[in-house]
Order: sequence, then structure tokens, then C-alpha cells
Amino acid sequence: MTPLPLAPIVLTPLVVLALATVLTWVERRLLGLWQDRYGPNRVGPGGMFQAVADGIKLLFKQDWVPPFADRGVFVLAPAIGMMTVLLSFAVIPLAAGGIAGGLNVGLLFILAMMGLGVYAVVLAGWASDSKYALLGGMRAAAQMISYEVFMALSLLGVVMVAGSFSLRDIVAAQSGLWFIIPQGLGFVVFLLAGIAETHRLPFDLPEGENELGAGFHTEYSGMKFGMFFIAEYAGIVLVSALATTLYLGGGNGLLLPAPVWFALKTGVIVAFFILLRAGLPRPRYDQLMGLGWKVLLPLSLLNVLATGTVMMLRAS
Amino acid sequence: MVLSASPITGLDQPGMMATQSTRDGVRTLWVTVDDLRPTLSTLKEHTPALLMLFDLTAIDERERTHRDGQPPADFTVIYHLMSLATRADEVRIKVALLGDRPTLPTISDLWPNANWYEREIWDLFGIRFENHPFLRRILTPPTWTDHPLRKDHYARATEMPPYSLTEEQERHEQDAMRFDPSAWGMQRHSDHSDFMFLNLGPNHPSVHGVFRIILQLEGERIVDAVPDIGFHHRGAEKMGERQSWHTYIPYTDRVDYLGGVMNNFPYVMAVETLAGITPPPRAQMIRVMLAELFRIASHLVFYGTMAQDVGQLSPVFYMFTDRERVFGIIEAICGFRMHPAWFRIGGVAMDLPTGWEDLIRAFVNDLPRRLDEYDAMVMRNPVFRGRTKGVGAYTTAEAVEWGVTGPGLRATGLPWDYRRQAPYACYEQLEFDIPTGANGDCYDRIAVHVEEIRQSLRIIRQCLDHMPAGPIKADHPLTTPPPRARTLHDIETLIHHFLGAAWGPVIPPGEARSCVEATKGLNCYTLVSDGGTTSYRTRIRTPSFAHLQMIPLLGRGVMIADLIAILGSIDFVMADVDR
Repeated sequence: MTPLPLAPIVLTPLVVLALATVLTWVERRLLGLWQDRYGPNRVGPGGMFQAVADGIKLLFKQDWVPPFADRGVFVLAPAIGMMTVLLSFAVIPLAAGGIAGGLNVGLLFILAMMGLGVYAVVLAGWASDSKYALLGGMRAAAQMISYEVFMALSLLGVVMVAGSFSLRDIVAAQSGLWFIIPQGLGFVVFLLAGIAETHRLPFDLPEGENELGAGFHTEYSGMKFGMFFIAEYAGIVLVSALATTLYLGGGNGLLLPAPVWFALKTGVIVAFFILLRAGLPRPRYDQLMGLGWKVLLPLSLLNVLATGTVMMLRAS
Repeated sequence: MVLSASPITGLDQPGMMATQSTRDGVRTLWVTVDDLRPTLSTLKEHTPALLMLFDLTAIDERERTHRDGQPPADFTVIYHLMSLATRADEVRIKVALLGDRPTLPTISDLWPNANWYEREIWDLFGIRFENHPFLRRILTPPTWTDHPLRKDHYARATEMPPYSLTEEQERHEQDAMRFDPSAWGMQRHSDHSDFMFLNLGPNHPSVHGVFRIILQLEGERIVDAVPDIGFHHRGAEKMGERQSWHTYIPYTDRVDYLGGVMNNFPYVMAVETLAGITPPPRAQMIRVMLAELFRIASHLVFYGTMAQDVGQLSPVFYMFTDRERVFGIIEAICGFRMHPAWFRIGGVAMDLPTGWEDLIRAFVNDLPRRLDEYDAMVMRNPVFRGRTKGVGAYTTAEAVEWGVTGPGLRATGLPWDYRRQAPYACYEQLEFDIPTGANGDCYDRIAVHVEEIRQSLRIIRQCLDHMPAGPIKADHPLTTPPPRARTLHDIETLIHHFLGAAWGPVIPPGEARSCVEATKGLNCYTLVSDGGTTSYRTRIRTPSFAHLQMIPLLGRGVMIADLIAILGSIDFVMADVDR
């Protein structure tokens, strides 16, 4: 039995949480930049410590559970959300392989974790015993379950080309050509599904503040809300890191060391996520489902078909 | 009176008791309670379409002294009809009612929008409408016991003992707010599923103020909707009976609080009609220019919040930045931003400051370019179009049935603008187009708003180029306050100033209404003077009140998200609804 990689086990969650926290500040500053305003710029250099201040505020808030809520599930839901995201990072080959970078079904593991992540939202909506939360939970269930299908199918192309579910092998397979070139279609579908998975605008229907107040986390406050919040941002980092790993060659790059390349590529995708939020309105629920089942599903199937055909022709 | 020449015909029938002459020249006819429904239905039949029940209100006549030639009455109910033919034509039908608890038949089957107006009259005057489908209080809470616009009702909190709320009372009040579907004749479940009743508001990000809609939902689809208003009711009409004619002006700003001086406009025009004042041309053009600036400010808020209602976060920031520039100009001219109360009886408060042209010209030259950018960002965005096209559509006929005016009416394709159909102030001299839509859906309403911003810029540019010289206040003893230079020179004017400031101007008895094409539709003040320093009755007919009544019609069968888009596209302000 190999010894437990203690350092990565301790460090990865800490780094991810810190990243997610900083990301809340980065997002607000970037949105400010694009919206002709400042954003938080008072606490610390450039407002950097705003995220820390917010964290302290959330931590010290009264830990309150609405009397009508299903207490056990209500508390469990944000923990599930947080846990599944953090566990997913275990297999991301951040730099030197991560915790379990070599897991030969790494990709499946991540998909499984994302599937479990739906429970956080659905259970939160259910346990709140509030109509707005329930509607949010319902939307989340339908949206995330459908988008998981296309996400998995879009990844199939990568798996076929790389011939492995291990993320390390997939990165290694891209040493020549990044998969974004042969798998461009898959990349687009994956990214769209990723936005829906992290329920970010324009696919933030489970929250849909203009319609549902705050959707599934309407009744949450304090650090339990904070966990949903941080899990959402960690989810963005996860999807971006995943996109980097699967399509942008992971840490591959010239001159700079691998971790720097990895961070740069991930950062660009994260910024793109934020830009989307600044730019786009939200489609209606049925439009979102229509886009998924009528456009993205055929596209991802087409991608698998085309990839398979090319591979077959090459082989023969 | 040549009846055949006007669009509204059918007035020459036996039911008419008397005609009354009013200061505003609107034909005013009295009918008996028994003749009311036949008269109104004949009118509706005779007038080829587009006859709108513009307003429906009442007067408590019991303390009024100047009622020469009018039939005896304790209460009068006024049916204000307006024909939307090529030129605006109006007629007032009045019904005299005797007794403390009078009743009369409902007309909500003739005009669906009478429903809320009749509820309002019941609520505020205690006049019952027989066969009304749902005669409940609408502006005051359901636990209220009196009828506030009656003359014997107190007007101020100081006339009451201190207010206290025991726990039991609080429970009682909260229970009264609970929604009971059966009271509205709603089913709790269909054959195969239970309905969910969702309380949207009074605090909800998308109801633009304090406004509650109760939704009967099947999944996310709306089966029925019940709007509940009155949370913002501040008794603006009652206040009009206490404040002097002059000191009421600032209250009007706060009715449609996004419209600023646009609200002063119909009020001061109505007072001027009663007093027989004609403001000088420069004052007229300053009024028009400021009103159009406020139209832009209000439409910008609409544009931004509309985009936000469908989930687009950024536009509202750009549009509020532009609105800020409008406020910069307003502040330079008036000294205030949102509620300048800048119009006066007989003119405006002060002349334009030095350098006003440059301020406005810079803005007028810059905004079109930004509007083009917003078109690309919002109006041409496919997701935005997908959310607004074909959503919440109604026809011109429906709009007229429900009393819809303003951009919501023009979006149905009817080029009807009060500034063109019945020009007031100096609009006759100004060139502008009336933008219209074709489908009457959310998208068209937004497009009309956006184009109106451009047309307002055009009007402002003309005001800029052709601003007449001369006085900014009318040379009339009732101009309040009188021109300052003259106050300091002759004792006669000084006395007027003193009386106007100490007691307020005394406006001759009479009745007058004045309408403007406000930011959201037709805004109309009907004033009754009994020859005193305060108004005997101030009636504020606001566009938002009429528009909100349509929500159940538009909301049935759509998704929650569509309802939010519909609410945004109606462009309402709750203070304008509840007054």
C-alpha cells in the first residue's frame, strides 16, 4: 500500500477554497470594469480583502435554520455541494499529479461527483419547505440532469481520441495537438453544459433572482449560504480546470512551467464565465431545455459519430 | 353643441337630464341612475370602436357650495369617456346620488376596466355597485373600516389618537392578508394535480416596488393571477384637499416618482384652466423641454430594468449612467434631481441658468450613439428577443377595453399620442414622430419606448434651437408666486405674493381636467374648486393603475419567467398606481 499523499490532501482543499474566495472578488471587480463602475475597491489593496471581510461576516452570522425547514437535510445540503466539488479536485492533475491524478477512471469520477452535486441543490430546495426554493430545486433537477447527459457525451470524443479515462493520460495525449482543435464541437458543448452545471448566468435558472428571489437557497443564510456560494465558485474553477485539462493541453506549454500554464488557461476560461454573466440575458426554462435536448444533444452525438468515423478511417 | 361632428355620438337621447358647462370645455352631461346603463351602452354602440372608459371616479358633494345648475346630489359618480379617433374627444357622464350609502349598477360588464375603478370608489367613498363581480377594498387594507375620501373622514394622523398595535391586532391584520383562493372562485386542484399558490411580492425583485400578485400555478405555468395593490397608497388625492393650490405641486412629483416635473404638468395646467391663466411661450417651452428630459430619464430606467428582468445584468448600469447625466441637467436648471417641483401656477419657478444650452446640447448629441450601442446589446440580442417576442401580446381593441394608453397602446399599432391628438403647451409647434409597434408584445413595447427616447431628443433639440425669449410667468393676479422683480416694485403684486404665501391663491369655482402624455401613458388631473384656497376634489387618473389591471389577462397560461417580462414591459410605478 502506498503512503497517503498527505501534503496534497491538505493543500488542495485549502488552495481551492482560497481560489474560490478570491474569485468572488475577481468577479465583482471584473463586472465593475465591464459595467462602468468600480466594484469593491476599499478593503485592502484594490479591494482584495473584500472576500475575506465577506467571509468573516458570513462566519459570524447567526446560524439560523427556519423553523419550518427539514433540519437535518437543510444542513446536509450545502455540505454535499461543497464536498462533491472538493472531491472532484482530487483527480485534476493540477501540477504534479494531484492527489489521485493517476486514477484510471478520473473522468468518470468527476462526472459522478457532478451528478451527486445535483443533490445539494435539489435537497436544499426540498428541505427549505419554501415555494420559491422548491421551484428553484425543481428547475435545478431538470436542468442539471439533462445537461449532464450532453456533458458526458461531449467528453466521449476526448476519451475516444485519448483512449483513456485518466486525466493524466488525456493531458499526455495532447502533447502534440490540443484537443480543442479536433474536438472543437465537443469543447463548445462541454462549456455550455459546464455553465449549466454550475448554474451560472445565463443558465442560472435554479437561482433566477428576477423570478425566484434566490431560488433554491432563498432560505439559507450565514455560512450555510456561504458554502453554496463558495461551492459555486469552486465549481467554476473546476469546470475551467477540467476544460483546460481536456481541451487545452493541461499544463503543456512553452517556456513557462506547467502549473503556470495551467493557471493561465484556467484563468482565461474563468474570465470568460464572468464575461458571459455580464453580457447575456437568461433564457426561459423551456428555451433552456429546448436548447439542451434539441440542439446540444444532437450536436454531441454528431461529435461522437464524427470522431469515431475519423478514427476508423485512420485505423484502416 | 354639434354632436355629429365629433367622434362620440349618441348623446342626444331622452335620458339626459342636464348639461353642465365646465372650465375645460369637456361636454358634461347628467343622467339619472336608471338611465345610466342604457346611456353608456348606447354610447358604446354608437361610437365606432375605440371608445375608452378613461376614468371613473366620484365626488363627495355634501360640503360643496358652488353647484349652480347642477342636480342635487350627495355624491356624484363621473364616467369619463374618451374616443381614440384621429383627434381626442371626451365626454363626461355624471350621475347624481342621494343618501349616505348610495348604490348604482356596475358597468364592469360594458368596460372590463371599470372593475378596479368601481372597487376604488367603493373603497374610498362607500358607494356600492350592484352586481359587481368582486366589490372589495382595493387601496386600503381589508381591515379598514371607513371610506377615506368622504369629507367627514379625517385627513391627518394627528387627528387620531396615537396608533398602537397589539399582538392580537397584528395577527388579525396578517390573517386578513392571507390569500383565500375560494374567495376568488379559484379551484385548489384540477382533475389530476394540486395547484400551488405563489405569493409574488409585495417584496420581490421584479415587481418594481410594493406590489403583490398571487399566482395559481400548475408547475411553472400560470393558471390565473390576482394582482393585489394598495401597499403604496399615501392618500395623494386626500392631501390635495388640504394643501393649498400652490403647495400641492411637490406632492404631484411623487405620484409617478420617475416622471418628476411630468407630474406637475397636468396639475398646473388644470389649475391654470380653472384660473384662466395662459402661461407665456417661454414658460411653455421650458415645461415641454423639462418634461421630455424626464421622459428620457424614465424610459432609460424602464429600458435598463426591463433588460435586468430577463436576466441581463449590465445594461441597467449604462442606462443609469445616462440617466445620471439627465439629472445633472435637471439639477443645474432646477436645483433638484428626481422631484424638482419646478412648475408654478402660471409658469415655471425660475428662468434657465446661464450655459444651459451647452449642457443639454452635449447630452443630446451624445445619447443617440449610446442608444445605438444599447440596440446591439439588448434589442438585437437573440436571447432577449426570444424572451420578449410574442410574449404578453394584446390587440388595439383589448388595449382600449382595458384603458391602456401610452407606449403600451402604441405598441399595438395605433399611432395615438395625446401630444399630437390634443396638443397642449407648445407641442403643436414641435415636430416629432409617433413610434408604433405591430404585435403589441413585450418586444414592441420596449421598441416603442426606445424610439420615444430618440423622439424626445428631437423635441429637446428643437426647444434648444427655438427657445423663445420673454417672461417665464404669466401676467395674471393668480400666478403663484408672482414675478419676483414686480413683487419688489409695486404694492399690488406684493399683496398678491403675501396672500399667496400666507393662505394660498383663491381659485375661482369650477371643474377642469388636464391631461398629458406622461412617461407611462395618459396622466390626468381633474380638479374641482369650490372657490377656496384648496381644491375641493383632486382626482389623479394615472396610467399605471389602468395597466396593472390587465395582468391576469396577460398572465394566464404563461410561465413565471414570462410574467416577469410582461411586468417589466408594462412600465409601471407603484406610487403611480396606488397614489
